[in-house]
Amino acid sequence: MFSRYRSLAREGVLGLNRRNGDYTLRFNPRRLYPLVDDKLKTKRLALQAGIAVPELYGVIETQHDIRRLPEIVGSHPEFVLKPAHGSAGDGIVVIAGRSGSRYRAINGELFDLEELEYHLSNAISGQFSLGGVPDVVIVEALVRFSSLFEQVSYQGVPDIRVIVFRGIPVMAMVRLPTRASRGKANLHQGAVGAGIDMASGVTLDGVIGSEVVKHHPDTAHPIAGLEIPDWRTILDISARCYDITGLGYIGVDVVLDKHRGPLVLELNARPGLAIQIANRQGLLRRLRICEERANFDAPPAERVEFAQREFRHPVGAVVEPRSRAAS
Amino acid sequence: MRNRHIFILAAVLTVISVSLVTYKVRVLDYPLLPREQRQVWNIEAAISFDPGPAAVKATLKIPTLTPGFSVLDEYFISRGFGVSTRVTPAGREAEWAVRQASGPQTVYYRAVVYKDPQRIVEDTTPPFPPRPQLDEPSRIAMEGLIAEARRQSADVASFTVQLLRRINQGENDPYVSVFLDRRATPSERAELATMFLAGAQIPARVAHGIALRDKSGRVQTDVLLEVHDGVQWLYFDPVTTQQGLPPDFLIWWRGDERIANLEGGSGLEVTLAVQPNLFDAMMIAERRAKQLGSRSADFSLSTLPITTQTVYSVLLMIPVGALVIVLLRNFVGVKTFGTFMPVLIALAFRETRLLWGLVLFAVIVSLGLLIRFYLEKLRLLLVPRLTCVLTVVVLLMAAISVVSQKLDLQPALSIALFPMVIISMTIERMSIVWEERGASEAIQEGVGSLLVAALAYLVMGMAWLEHLVFVFPELLLLVIALSLLMGRYTGYRLLELRRFRALAREQQA
Repeated sequence: MFSRYRSLAREGVLGLNRRNGDYTLRFNPRRLYPLVDDKLKTKRLALQAGIAVPELYGVIETQHDIRRLPEIVGSHPEFVLKPAHGSAGDGIVVIAGRSGSRYRAINGELFDLEELEYHLSNAISGQFSLGGVPDVVIVEALVRFSSLFEQVSYQGVPDIRVIVFRGIPVMAMVRLPTRASRGKANLHQGAVGAGIDMASGVTLDGVIGSEVVKHHPDTAHPIAGLEIPDWRTILDISARCYDITGLGYIGVDVVLDKHRGPLVLELNARPGLAIQIANRQGLLRRLRICEERANFDAPPAERVEFAQREFRHPVGAVVEPRSRAAS
Repeated sequence: MRNRHIFILAAVLTVISVSLVTYKVRVLDYPLLPREQRQVWNIEAAISFDPGPAAVKATLKIPTLTPGFSVLDEYFISRGFGVSTRVTPAGREAEWAVRQASGPQTVYYRAVVYKDPQRIVEDTTPPFPPRPQLDEPSRIAMEGLIAEARRQSADVASFTVQLLRRINQGENDPYVSVFLDRRATPSERAELATMFLAGAQIPARVAHGIALRDKSGRVQTDVLLEVHDGVQWLYFDPVTTQQGLPPDFLIWWRGDERIANLEGGSGLEVTLAVQPNLFDAMMIAERRAKQLGSRSADFSLSTLPITTQTVYSVLLMIPVGALVIVLLRNFVGVKTFGTFMPVLIALAFRETRLLWGLVLFAVIVSLGLLIRFYLEKLRLLLVPRLTCVLTVVVLLMAAISVVSQKLDLQPALSIALFPMVIISMTIERMSIVWEERGASEAIQEGVGSLLVAALAYLVMGMAWLEHLVFVFPELLLLVIALSLLMGRYTGYRLLELRRFRALAREQQA
């Protein structure tokens, strides 16, 4: 047990306690949390900064607004309902089309309007928000994801998660929905996570849970070796998300739209640690490299270059923090 | 930097907590174990006399300065007498008085005393005694005796031993035989010694007392000679000349007077009796704290009404339970519903006992979940739905109680103490997790919560821990210190070692 502990420490694996104590508590001031916990605020911030986001159709703020859903959706056959304060993808409904008077979700389930309204009502009452506080629901455009991922995802929208530490993208992965995850790009529901080489944007092998998988379980297509288009842009907008929020340790969720390119879906001030398993590498090691060598005040482009230079796969040895090296 | 701050804070809290506990244990003798008992003795003086035709007044010397023992309680028992106590230079006295009485009378003095090693003679250094007034031959004999004893001794102690030895030789000693005859009692010998000591300008007095043994029954008084060597009182047995205060000797009164006096009556008789007994250590400690003027007894939780005390003995354990949660969540990594929900469940387990608690909890939550899944179909708004679940939970609890009453299952009755609001919230949370993340995750978290609750219950149920926290609430400062330290633990959680095992294996390859 102790050897496992030491081995993880040597590998620079970030544990939940350290993420909380040394990173999120330290670099994410509590007062800035609303910027990312409220997806509507995030969206508006991103728009102001010229960062592309999925088109906003409308917002349902009160139980009364629920009736306006058809009006908000208008002629768009596809749309996404997203509670502004939902966490870990809870409460998100993706509608991919209509079937007569009913709405067809991306996994093929059919909802009539009444069922959707019930879901909206729950969401507004706060069923999906942290602490159950009343919420609003965002109605936005469904991302038409790039055909690149078609062979490695089952229904749903694959997304890219980039961990950004004080403006520097340190680690990234792509999350591929599976049948088990019911079309959601959510790792703990069974989606595949695959690490990405920061320098080139090429995917590595995937993992489900903590098991390595070389092929997508539903499509049997190899996961490694996919080159993610617009990689440099993805890194750029991720890095800029630090500048618009001021949060020092965030996870940026990006989707690739067939027509519009990379769009920021949401930001997360408490990004999970599974990304380490997907990359088969500890986050702490990269965070320490940043703390050691990076110039955090540099403009976004320079920070991205730093990340691409330092975090070329495979990343070098673990850097001891200066304080410990000195003692 | 931040860590140092925390270390210092934790250290300060630890020092405060530990020193308060040490003070209470060492000085005030608070018991470390629950239901601890201390040996006490009930001592009793019965004074019988025949009253005369007019007013009667009986005085009794009662224990005042009792090195090695403390008085816990004392009672004056009589029928129709007025009782008063007063302090005289020789010590305290109790006085029973009545204008008129007929027939033989008995009044009682009773006290409860316990061993108290910290209690030493607190009185001040006495003045030099006046030289005894003696006729010429006696004076010459005394001076001769003093001169000889002084020659054969080095200090006050050995001088006293010399004197006592000569007095004990009695009529054989040429000097002592002037003062003493063969039948002199130990008390008379001790009084004689005080006179000689006064002649040598050494303060001394006679102490009368009783031996406190493990047997109950009547006791005779014994005599000790107290001699002041300028710094402290020394004790000598006038018969054996042995120095030192016998450990079981309770000094009752001092001086050459008798223990009791009677005015206006006849046939005075005093009998002393002792009865060993056991007494709650807590009570003794609190009395002592009060006697020492310590504030700790004033602010002790046991000054509260009993019902409030019971509440606090439970409440004070909650931080301890929370500490268990910290360990299990931050060091092991168990997932639970709600942060402190398991502590509240554990509190409910106190009444139901563990096994029943687990069964009842599982039953209620599963039934509640069924109802919740049914309600899901009805599409209710959130708050009305929660209200429904809550009401169903309450009804379920009532139903289980009624059914178990019919079946004579006593433990199931205490289900009424389950925190139903917490259970309703748990059901709601669990059903959402079930929907969103699948049954396995929901059941995992449910089992995790129960596991943590069971562990918290076991820890919170330790009787000695509960006693410790109740008697020494300052131990909670230690809990704060521990949580401060644990709050800066940034190492891996036990379950993370499993979760990230793939990352560790690669290193070894």
